[in-house]
Amino acid sequence: MPRSASRLAIAVFAAGISATSQANAAPAKPTVTDLATLQQQINALRGDYETKISELETRLKAAEAELAAAHAAATPAPQLAPEASSEVVIADSEAEPSPAAVTPSQNAMNPGVSVVLNGNYVARTRDAAFASIPGFPLSDNAGPERRGLSLGESEVTFGANVDPYLSAALTVSFDGDGGASVEEGFVQTTALPAGLTVKAGRFYSAIGYLNERHGHNWSFIDMPLPYRALLGSQYGDDGVQVRWLAPTPFFLEAGAEIFRGDRFPGGGSDKNRAQAQSLFLHTGSDINDDSSWLGAVSYLHTAARDRVTGADSFSGENGIGIASLVYKWAPGGNPAQRNLTLSGEYFYDRQTGDFNALLAKLNRSGWYAQGVYQFTNRWSLGLRYGSLNGDRPAKVLLKSALDDLGRDPKAITGLLEYDTSEFARLRMQFTHDETDLKANDELRFQYTVVYGPHGAHRY
Amino acid sequence: MIKPMLSAMIAALTVGLAGPAAALQVFACEPEWGALAHEIGGDKVSVYVATTGVQDPHLIQARPSLISKARTADVTVCTGAELEIGWLPMIVSQSANKKIMPGARGVFQPTDYVHLLETPASLDRSQGDIHAGGNPHIQADPRNMIPVGKAMADRFAELDPANAGLYHGRYQTFLGNWQGALKRWQAEAAPLRGVPIAVQHRSWIYLETWLGLRRVIALEPKPGVPASSGYLAQVLEVLKKTPVKMIIRAAYEDDRPSTFVGGRAGVPAVMLPYTIGGTDQAKDLYSLYDDTLSRMLKALK
Repeated sequence: MPRSASRLAIAVFAAGISATSQANAAPAKPTVTDLATLQQQINALRGDYETKISELETRLKAAEAELAAAHAAATPAPQLAPEASSEVVIADSEAEPSPAAVTPSQNAMNPGVSVVLNGNYVARTRDAAFASIPGFPLSDNAGPERRGLSLGESEVTFGANVDPYLSAALTVSFDGDGGASVEEGFVQTTALPAGLTVKAGRFYSAIGYLNERHGHNWSFIDMPLPYRALLGSQYGDDGVQVRWLAPTPFFLEAGAEIFRGDRFPGGGSDKNRAQAQSLFLHTGSDINDDSSWLGAVSYLHTAARDRVTGADSFSGENGIGIASLVYKWAPGGNPAQRNLTLSGEYFYDRQTGDFNALLAKLNRSGWYAQGVYQFTNRWSLGLRYGSLNGDRPAKVLLKSALDDLGRDPKAITGLLEYDTSEFARLRMQFTHDETDLKANDELRFQYTVVYGPHGAHRY
Repeated sequence: MIKPMLSAMIAALTVGLAGPAAALQVFACEPEWGALAHEIGGDKVSVYVATTGVQDPHLIQARPSLISKARTADVTVCTGAELEIGWLPMIVSQSANKKIMPGARGVFQPTDYVHLLETPASLDRSQGDIHAGGNPHIQADPRNMIPVGKAMADRFAELDPANAGLYHGRYQTFLGNWQGALKRWQAEAAPLRGVPIAVQHRSWIYLETWLGLRRVIALEPKPGVPASSGYLAQVLEVLKKTPVKMIIRAAYEDDRPSTFVGGRAGVPAVMLPYTIGGTDQAKDLYSLYDDTLSRMLKALK
């Protein structure tokens, strides 16, 4: 308002000047005419002056930009060229914003801290404590959630650039019972040439498609069946990773990892050499503006010494190959309203070694396919099917935990999700599970919130 | 499936071996900056534009294709002021390209060269999708192309000194043409001065400032928070007391809120290109503003 008033004042002032000059030029003209004419003149002048003012503003801005650029040449930091027009006419009820003062302080270099909280409610027809999958001894991480209400795993992540060459991230995870563990903690290069990136520390392996994602980024509340059975839900360990991104017009990335080898399906490592190794190849591209895909093949080799699952122990090796395919669709490439993600992965596991000191050779496999469709802003539906294919061990191990009893474990899961924003969601998930000898139905509710700096989303 | 993939791979390798013909590989996040990079760089730059005019630049999936394009970029031209915060950092960190890592000279952000408006006084997510640095939608005011173009020419010259003269020369040519166009647009837009409008998302402050439009209300309660029907009813109440001439929205936005309110209030809902490619008519930088003005002027009649 004050701005318009000042403009009007300028216009009136200008009109005054011009009226004076007109009066000088044509003294015969009567000084008192009807107001409408004067108003018209003022309006015309106002328009005229505003055009001229904007012209001047443009020129001023160009001059300022040049000055700023000259400045920028001397100092590497970019200079601000003031925006020319400061006219702001907002009739919104919001208060006039004022830029916050930037005060340099000790905490100016604090890392970005983000927090993930979630809570669960689980109802199951059978008690989780006795759940098992015949033929697939499970690691502790892969067991089903307890029944009733519970606080899920809470995560705190601290991330920052360390210097111009390195970045680092630490994710501490608190389980509902008060235990804390370092879920991930790694340093990563940011300035290596030739598309190379090296990561070292504790991190989730880049094998498969879902493996690298933290729990709050999973499409369903839990991991698909093959991940739970063959990788203990998710494979992460202490190690070193090298990735190379090829300079191709489509996405092509290759990488290798070595790990300490303490985590399932490895275990009990105390050697100089790395007990687990992996290789992975990722590729993908756009199909059109609406859709894109990502494909991956990966291989993980682990060696275990006295890996304990339940009352059993295993020493030997696992070789797991994974083929993954992901397809994403969003109309016009705009996922905000509607989008679809289809993904599927196939796992093949070759296990050789001693199970309770008895020779065990198994060829097992598993796969899952899932789709999540956001049918309108905030609402999504998901469907997932997972299946495992066990093996029958040598005679002495029949009826042991390695024996699949000739059954093919499978589970089907449905999901309904509501997002209050990008940072919070509610999920309802129903699973009909035929992995155990008796079928189990499970209903879960979960909320997940993420707060802190705005993290970018992985594909 | 195999054959096209193989031929694509062979083609890729050939391109890789031959090397790029242009001196600078530009990764532009939005079409308007891609077009400006063309104006400044001519055939010395090869521009990849990461989004189309009908995509919401806040919400882009970090697709594999974007990562591979970022891998070979010499410079990124992305709006900044947190517009691309939900996807660009992921692409940059996966690109393994030190030229475009945060802090590198290959990071060119147009919002660094313009005084940003609507800077929030405090930062809290309860206020919706706010941007700490201010409103990032600076392309809505064509006058901003001048300081950004100037800075871009300087940056291109710094990154590719061999063609410095060309970049500066092309900027001067652009400046002349642009000032002519600005004069024309400002004359055309005279009837829009002081016109009360409603906006669907607060992405038009720079257009409002340029044309002297008076924003009465936004159709979303908070930035990036979709309106409930209750909120839209309140908006209708406001519009009864303070009528507006039109409700504007970007081509990438859902048309339902503005057509609903427009229908009830008897006010035209106007879809504006927002950027190049947002409408069929907005083919380049010049026709972007031509089309924006013609759509608004048409709604005024």
